[in-house]
Amino acid sequence: MAEVIMPKMGDAMTQGKILAWRKRHGERVDKGEVLAEIETDKVNVEIEAESSGTLHIAVPEGQTVPVGQVIAYIDGPPAQAPAPQAATPQPEAFAPPPPAPAPAAPQPSERVKASPLARRIAAERGVDLSRVKGTGPGGRIVERDVLAYLEAAAAPAEADYEDLTPSRMRQAIARVVTQSKQQVPHFYVTTEVDMARALELKDQLREALGEEVRVTVNDLLLKATALALRRHLQLNGHVREDGTFRRYRRVHLGIMVATPDGLIAPVLRDADQLPLPQLAREARRLIEGAHAKRLRQEEYAGATFSVSNLGMYEVTQFAAIINPPQAGILAAGRAQERAVVRSGQVVVRPVLQLTVSADHRVTDGAGAAEFLVEVKRLLENPILLVL
Amino acid sequence: MAEMTYREALRSTLVEEMDRDPRVLLLGEDIGVYQGTFRVTEGLLERYGPKRVIDTPISELGFIGAAIGMALLGLRPVVEVMTWNFSLPAADQILQNAAKVRYFSGGQVSVPLVIRGPNGAGVQLSAQHSQSLESFYGHFPGLRVVTPATPADAKGLLRTALRGQDPVIFLEHAALYGVKGPVPEGDYTVPFGKAAVVRPGRHVTVVAYSRMLHLALAAADELVREGVECEVLDLRSLRPLDMDTVAESVRRTHRAVVVQEQWPLFGAAAEVAAGIYERCFDELDAPVERVTGADVPAPYARNLEKLTFPDEERIAQAVRRVLQ
Amino acid sequence: MQHLQPVTVPVDTLLEWYRTLVFCRRFEEQTERSFRRGKIGGYLHVAIGQEAVPLGFLSTTRPDDVFFVSYRDHVHTLVRGTDPGAVMAELYGKLGGTCKGKGGSMHLFDVARGNYGGYGIVGGHIPLAVGAAYALRYQGTDRVCLCFFGDGAMNSGALHEAANLAGLWGREGMCPVVFVVENNRYGMGTSVERASAVPELARRFDAYDIPNERCDGMDVVTVYEVARRVVDQVRRTGRPYAVETLTYRFSGHGAADLFQPYRDKQEVERWRQRDPILLLEKRLREAGVLDDRTAQEVASWADRRVQEAVAFAEASPEPPPEELYRDVYGS
Repeated sequence: MAEVIMPKMGDAMTQGKILAWRKRHGERVDKGEVLAEIETDKVNVEIEAESSGTLHIAVPEGQTVPVGQVIAYIDGPPAQAPAPQAATPQPEAFAPPPPAPAPAAPQPSERVKASPLARRIAAERGVDLSRVKGTGPGGRIVERDVLAYLEAAAAPAEADYEDLTPSRMRQAIARVVTQSKQQVPHFYVTTEVDMARALELKDQLREALGEEVRVTVNDLLLKATALALRRHLQLNGHVREDGTFRRYRRVHLGIMVATPDGLIAPVLRDADQLPLPQLAREARRLIEGAHAKRLRQEEYAGATFSVSNLGMYEVTQFAAIINPPQAGILAAGRAQERAVVRSGQVVVRPVLQLTVSADHRVTDGAGAAEFLVEVKRLLENPILLVL
Repeated sequence: MAEMTYREALRSTLVEEMDRDPRVLLLGEDIGVYQGTFRVTEGLLERYGPKRVIDTPISELGFIGAAIGMALLGLRPVVEVMTWNFSLPAADQILQNAAKVRYFSGGQVSVPLVIRGPNGAGVQLSAQHSQSLESFYGHFPGLRVVTPATPADAKGLLRTALRGQDPVIFLEHAALYGVKGPVPEGDYTVPFGKAAVVRPGRHVTVVAYSRMLHLALAAADELVREGVECEVLDLRSLRPLDMDTVAESVRRTHRAVVVQEQWPLFGAAAEVAAGIYERCFDELDAPVERVTGADVPAPYARNLEKLTFPDEERIAQAVRRVLQ
Repeated sequence: MQHLQPVTVPVDTLLEWYRTLVFCRRFEEQTERSFRRGKIGGYLHVAIGQEAVPLGFLSTTRPDDVFFVSYRDHVHTLVRGTDPGAVMAELYGKLGGTCKGKGGSMHLFDVARGNYGGYGIVGGHIPLAVGAAYALRYQGTDRVCLCFFGDGAMNSGALHEAANLAGLWGREGMCPVVFVVENNRYGMGTSVERASAVPELARRFDAYDIPNERCDGMDVVTVYEVARRVVDQVRRTGRPYAVETLTYRFSGHGAADLFQPYRDKQEVERWRQRDPILLLEKRLREAGVLDDRTAQEVASWADRRVQEAVAFAEASPEPPPEELYRDVYGS
């Protein structure tokens, strides 16, 4: 007895179909005679008898069987081999299609956008994310939003306080000013400036240049500061980590601008070189740009000294914190009418109080005073600002 | 600790290991008489003779294949490829023989082979000579792929390579040969598959390797002024890849930027990013950002080339995006 | 039929070779049957008709010599003495195989017997053999390396780069490698004449200053005589040598090469007149040491041994799942 198998005829062949038996069941076959034609994935091939004897077909035509399976015997099947059966197709049982599932109640389909971290915290703390307002890109709920929601929810309804999580920017500012105040030895020098002629100049410039340019007191202050720094470069630079002081040859003023998110300082480059009209235009562009968040990152970088002006408020005088690694900052209040003595007479003049905060590692009281007195001299002789 | 260049670190390690182990020998184009294109093998022909320092013809398929045969017979060949671009004619040898022969022999043989040389781009060498092949080789099991960024790691990783049992794709960078740094003396090794936290920080994890590490550190310096503290990781080896250290960092920072010089598709950064998603999904507060080379063959023109490869500012911008 | 060289080999050895050739033939035929039954997967390249080349060459080597082979590697492995059960088990993908079932037909290894393996990329193993030969001299030994490959590999860059290196290193006596070209006339279905601008393959080694010659690859005695002289010379000089053996495969390129449209049956029949088993049988009958009864005994012995190998392979367990990640790295 010899087995005839479905042969593997190709590297990837796993099954084959018997297209036709060339010999009948029970017929005598000789070694080398063609027994059947089979169909593989690539080609049709004939299989030959490997020995002589009587053919006993085990698998009928038309059937597909795996490689290696016995499809016939030569010289008798084993006793238990089944007789061949015609491949009778199973009648397909008719069954109605399953009923369509009942339409589910409409679900709120708005997917909440939240970061995985925010989702995890929300799940752990039982927060319904649909009630949290997202402040990430595209309104994504991020960690801080869930934490803020939890803080708000934890506060008793009748509480007479609220705890606020500062914005990332305010947190950054907090770090910088804390570090500055802790590590930079500040000292302060204050003076008063008679602004009468400066205000006159401002009015004249407005008249001459019109609303389009709109020179402000702040512009005069920036110009005066820049020119004074040019003469007193001891405050124009950066304190470096190794304790050295890098004194810059160019004067770039940081203009402190208060926005709802916190203080930011766009940089007025080469402020000492700009004629007043250009300076006014550029300062306005920077301040408006800072409010509108449309300045580029590099427009905030590289200040050598800063100016903070609270003149728009009812503030007469204040001292500012230095922005490291700069070595100084000038703070201006609002010019106010004050009774002052001039040539032995009491007269009313607009007086501006200026305070410079300086890093004591870089300069001392005398140095800061020289700088401040120069600012004062320029503002009181404002023709020097337009020369 | 001695202060030395990346080049000196490589050369001194070769000398120390060749003095110690007679099985170590060198093959490559112009490594002997010419002293090596980047002078890593300077003076070695004189010191060890032509049987141990073999100047080969321009025939990478042949001599890399031969080096694999030497390794099979128990030697420890170190092949210098003049640049990794020239390894491609030998890719069949490296990928089909060196990487796999241990496996398909059922563990009967080892291929203790080191192939080293400059990988990467950035000096106007144009398309055929400017590319980073780490993910190409990193794709294949059986290879080790390492990318030292500092002189100390150049020494420590090379020594580990020379004492291991596996074929090592040792990717140097042409821009780094002159970089100086402290290098521990003596029998200093750096294990494969251990990333280094080069700069700790708490706001964002920046993952880099090879030349990109130096750019990432420069970007981190810049970002400090904005109050952003980057944790900068140097992968050091890509295969094995130390996702444990990366994941540990991201679990603290919740944000990640991955930097690579090579093309974006199917790159190392994509692999690291996928690993972060798999391990840290619930820790992420923003999608992982990739900073990669542009998806073009490297152009020659200086201005176009500058647009092609990552720089500090693009890394800083990516950090700002994940912090939004 | 061309005249056979006089017998210079002891009759006992010839008889032993006869047994080996018959056994290898029966083994290869069994692998084809096992493939058809789906017991062997992947590619299967048998060397039916080519057996005299590995037998002749490997009979001249010392146990400490090494060799590299293409993917048609079963016979080389068997004649080197590797257990047939382990070879069959490897083809069956079983743990008891030469490579724990992880290599298969194309990657038989037995490093303890100097068998540095079968390789599946045409020509890809030739540079390895050149480097291995260098290593043998570098280590101060007089061992030699044999590298077997087919006519198809003669047109691969790997052959030419490796041959150039062998020529260079051979000048210093640092490259004791024998290139054994098993020219079986066809690279798969493309004849040598259609593939090689210089069909006399041995001559192509002239370009690399490697001494070379052509020899009959069907008569094992001829192969042996050439191999003995060449291997001795290479061992003595440390210089490479190339031998183009003219042989023929009666089987298809692989088990899927069913119709062989590149050659006709008459050509195969002509070559069958020079079947290496037939040629050796003729010598033995002429010497009076083989008759029908002995031949029948050898055939039965060979069949039994093949069936033992199949039984071993069938009984051997599959590699356990933990084998999957083993042997990727060594350190």
